[in-house]
Amino acid sequence: MSKAISLTQAAEMIPDGATIMVGGFLAVGSPRRLLQELARQGRKHLTLITNDTSKPGVMGNALLIENKCVDHLIASHIGTNPETQRQMIAGELKVELCPQGSLVERIRAGGAGLGGVLTPTGVGTVAAEGKREMEIDGKKFLLESPLKADFALIGARRSDYRGNLDYALTARNFNPLMALAGATVIAEPNEIVPIGVIPPDEVVTPHVLVDYIIERRQSNGR
Amino acid sequence: MDDKTLIAKRVARELKNGDLVNLGIGLPTLVANHLPQGIEVYFQSENGIIGMSAVPGAGLIDDYLIDAGGIFVGALPGAATLDSSMSFSLIRGGHLDITVLGGLQVDEKGRLANWMIPGKMVPGMGGGMDLATGARRVIVSMTHAGKGGAKIVKECTLPLTSERRIDLVVTEMAVIEPTEQGLVLKERAPGVSINQIVAATEATLTIPDNVPEMAID
Repeated sequence: MSKAISLTQAAEMIPDGATIMVGGFLAVGSPRRLLQELARQGRKHLTLITNDTSKPGVMGNALLIENKCVDHLIASHIGTNPETQRQMIAGELKVELCPQGSLVERIRAGGAGLGGVLTPTGVGTVAAEGKREMEIDGKKFLLESPLKADFALIGARRSDYRGNLDYALTARNFNPLMALAGATVIAEPNEIVPIGVIPPDEVVTPHVLVDYIIERRQSNGR
Repeated sequence: MDDKTLIAKRVARELKNGDLVNLGIGLPTLVANHLPQGIEVYFQSENGIIGMSAVPGAGLIDDYLIDAGGIFVGALPGAATLDSSMSFSLIRGGHLDITVLGGLQVDEKGRLANWMIPGKMVPGMGGGMDLATGARRVIVSMTHAGKGGAKIVKECTLPLTSERRIDLVVTEMAVIEPTEQGLVLKERAPGVSINQIVAATEATLTIPDNVPEMAID
């Protein structure tokens, strides 16, 4: 059975109030068409788990912020987007900042069936507030809780017909981890290729994790 | 030579052949332009690459190849791309030889604050806390004092980036090494006196008998 769905269908699947993970780093590796469509459809009250909120005028998460689609943001960095900071200071957007390495491991833990992660990062800083500190072999660690999402929205270089994914250069970033942690995983590939074009050794995200593949624009070869 | 070039050149002398190096955003990125001759290092960017270079020429930008500051970069032969988990495993797991970070404050315990000014600037820590906590050596490159006064202080008043004692501070005035006994003045910039350094520093400095001038090219 084909996993291919239209862009409109993909966005409609995500209801108001959903928790979404969005791959990408400063929009590189983000599912840009899907984010644009979610903003266009006027989705509201989302919880967004992502590394950053991109830059004004750049595609990606910035569109969700600018269009007030998000109530709650969990991210490592918002310094590149003044609108995110404005909404946070104005109390319109709840922001939870998390060290980047801890954020990715929380996502991995959520997708890998782990109960959390112990990391030395953040011990003795404001990042430790409300978190349990544990001592292992004389060294201090913070217990970081796992993160999961209703939907993981993945930007890939290629998908084959079955949903095996690979990624381009630094567009990989959070995507393979988020593909583990979303209850429903929607991939937006730049290319859709026949099965076998991505050799087994080069598959980064195995097809069993991917529920839907967003169709390419129909170009009729032009 | 301007202050930033001086700092970058001095920091660059800390790099050793084969080091895996992560340069923070801003002043630290200048270090890449001043590698001593014969030194080959690998630059990591935490968004997921080892072996990045400058974009090799006009028209050769790749949309999917950026550094952690969002700047388009190139890649050298032998480069490797990584997912974020692998990238931060390298950083926290003792595989990153050196990180060079910017600084807002460093205190007598060698603790760094560099990510937040409450009420003014709340950009998020990004990868900074992981880098400051996990890298084998942490070098802070910053101007010696700022508009708000001394940046090398008795105790950080800004939120800490890490509790960990950093390894070296390089400014346009001095090279300072945090130790268990406090901050030790190791070198002074050309033409800068010990008295000038002490006057620009809030923290107590241990001053050895001999404080040589910074060696730079």
